[in-house]
Amino acid sequence: MYEKEKKLAKSYIDGKVSRRSMLRGMASMGVTASTAGVLVNAAATQALAQNGFDWKKYSGTTVKLLLNQHPYADAMIANLDNFKELTGMDVEYDIFPEDVYFDKVTAALSSGSSEYDAFMTGAYMTWTYGPAGWIDDLNEYIGDDSKTNPDYNWEDMLEGVRKSCAWNGQPGGALGSDDAKQWCIPWGYEQNNLTYNSRMFNEAGLTVPTNIDELASTAAEAKAKLNGVYGIGVRGSRSWATIHPGFLSAYANFGQKDLNVSDDGMLSAAMNTDVSRNMHEKWVKMIQDSGAPDWSTHTWYQAGTDLGAGKSAMIFDADILGYFMNGGDNAEAGNLSFAPFAANPEAKAPTPNIWIWSLAMANASKQKDATWYFLQWASGPEHALFGATEMDFVNPVRKSVWADAGFRSRLDKNYPGYVEMHDISAPGAQIYFTAQPLFFDLTTEWAATLQKMVANEVPVDEGLDQLAQSVDRQLKEAGLG
Amino acid sequence: MATSTTGDPSRRKFTINKKYLPYLLSLPALLTCIGILIPFFTAVAYSLQRYRLSQPWAQKYNWGENYINFMTDPSFWNTLKVSMTYAFVTVGVELLLGLGIALLLQKRTRFNNFVSIMLLMPLMTAPALASLMWKLMTNPGFGVLSYFAETIGIEDMRWASDPSTAMLTVVIVDVWVYTPFIMILLLAGLRSLPRQPFEAAELDAVPRLFVFWRITLPMLTPFLLTATLFRVIESIQQFDIIYAMTQGGPGDTLTVFQVEAYLNFFQSTNVGRSAALLMILWAITYFLSNIFIKNWLRLREKARGGA
Repeated sequence: MYEKEKKLAKSYIDGKVSRRSMLRGMASMGVTASTAGVLVNAAATQALAQNGFDWKKYSGTTVKLLLNQHPYADAMIANLDNFKELTGMDVEYDIFPEDVYFDKVTAALSSGSSEYDAFMTGAYMTWTYGPAGWIDDLNEYIGDDSKTNPDYNWEDMLEGVRKSCAWNGQPGGALGSDDAKQWCIPWGYEQNNLTYNSRMFNEAGLTVPTNIDELASTAAEAKAKLNGVYGIGVRGSRSWATIHPGFLSAYANFGQKDLNVSDDGMLSAAMNTDVSRNMHEKWVKMIQDSGAPDWSTHTWYQAGTDLGAGKSAMIFDADILGYFMNGGDNAEAGNLSFAPFAANPEAKAPTPNIWIWSLAMANASKQKDATWYFLQWASGPEHALFGATEMDFVNPVRKSVWADAGFRSRLDKNYPGYVEMHDISAPGAQIYFTAQPLFFDLTTEWAATLQKMVANEVPVDEGLDQLAQSVDRQLKEAGLG
Repeated sequence: MATSTTGDPSRRKFTINKKYLPYLLSLPALLTCIGILIPFFTAVAYSLQRYRLSQPWAQKYNWGENYINFMTDPSFWNTLKVSMTYAFVTVGVELLLGLGIALLLQKRTRFNNFVSIMLLMPLMTAPALASLMWKLMTNPGFGVLSYFAETIGIEDMRWASDPSTAMLTVVIVDVWVYTPFIMILLLAGLRSLPRQPFEAAELDAVPRLFVFWRITLPMLTPFLLTATLFRVIESIQQFDIIYAMTQGGPGDTLTVFQVEAYLNFFQSTNVGRSAALLMILWAITYFLSNIFIKNWLRLREKARGGA
């Protein structure tokens, strides 16, 4: 059964037929596009098994994962049987919703428990986990030919993303430096750009903004012209997560930094410059004039669902948030469009600060080599392509997937402007924060200060001076400033 | 443990040396205490350390430095102020409302019994769920309470999103959840009061307000103190309602002790500061509990005819 179909899938993997011919051939045999995808993935896994690498070395071993409830985890689970077949290994996992996920990770890692071998994480979290000795430097696996299959192709990972997951552990140390440790492997990532409701934009005669002044005026116009709709969705809760998406992407676009690093490695606050004040003033006024009325409680969830429900005209947030809101049962599904965004009118290109869902290995794991087998498969090119073309594994972190014609045409068809947005902003996409262990303290306080500014509890310049003073005090207390 | 045997070896009787009996009997209590005391003393030790999980190499005893730093840290004083305000406002309102409802339901009728059971419903709701429910009801865009506010002329009410109304909003949620607790406690107290003084007052046609101030309230005071003690201790340790609704914001409007300690530990991994904050919270709770218990004991003695 399916022998002919499998052969066709293998021919496609071997590069003997194009994707179009393969899909046409499958269709003539009565195979749907989604089944064809499954067959192609199975053929890719078989091809992987034939690359001379001993995939069965840890057959019979079970690795246990700690996962966040996320489409990336769903894509991995959907493809897990292929991994089991390839390696003879078993995989167990616990999945937690994001609200409690990182508390669970912190508890599991800090206790030194060996229950979980690997887990999902963000790159920022590794700035705590790495120095604490809770996770392994994965360079020693990536660079070891006896442990890593020859088709893994580490260089295929987008450079900015790959480097953003590597840090030398020195406060203020550059991400991706030569001495950096690879604390985690990028899995999927989010750029921060504009997602706008094209139906509303057409209705109100709006044009897509290209800088922060236009963003503020377009948001104000949208609010004025569209009944019951607010102009711009950005995050506002009292959390580090308010700072890292649109806000820091805009901030970095003006060439601003969060911290200064002196020659002797000491850190100091850098957010109270004139340029920063100017940018903060515009940001705060934009929220006051056209943001959500309950902005100060908005997380990614509210920003996204309001866009999907037609309550906001646009968001400056994670591109994949717009991606997911453009489908499913959302009221505005099919009406959303995407655009790259550079806040600074003088900037040549966008500088999206990125969030990277990554995979890390617990240092307490008792079966690290077997765990690495899972990690290299889950972050390998075959699974990335499967996830991107058959599931909702966007944004992929591999160049090869972004070059895949099938993936690009699927995105182009259903998500207008998405591919173009990605291509324009990807070169500038990276983490723009200074890597240091007080990341969460300082960004949470930054978010609280923004809330005070928006609520007119403190003027912008005074608020920034107070923030800088507090940041410097905390850095000093921690021996970093 | 020592054991002794007497009589026929085939019918040995298991006895315990009287000397060790008190220790054996208190063993369960001791084990329970150990379960509480070990984490407590660990927390005390952490509070005297500079200890961040992200900087394990810098872990060392700094003795009272965490506490001394609080003295000059405006965010600590804000936390203290917010926690005390929250605790006293919520408990004050809940006491007044709870007492009022209990007085209305004092008479044993079917209707009153039914209403008192119905009024307990909020207490059955987990505070975190109640907060999510209220978060939806107070949503400025579609919340039913925002709609009502608008119909009575309060435009653009932002509830927990605005620093000027955030405290009010979380107090309302707390009052909704916990007033039934005070109500049921005071209702039980009212119904257990001896009838004679009230009957005597009725015969003498004493005004109801006078009866309330001079008979009901003094006799109800032990119940009021008990309810206040429980609620103050719980309220000063509030976490779920505030965190679920605002995460301590906007700005620092609602950064109570537990929220601040939680963020310090789980987000900043600053174990030392988090433990020191909780130690101060423990000291405040201990101090307040002592005051209430002493007063409660004094009133009990008085009721028994003591000095």
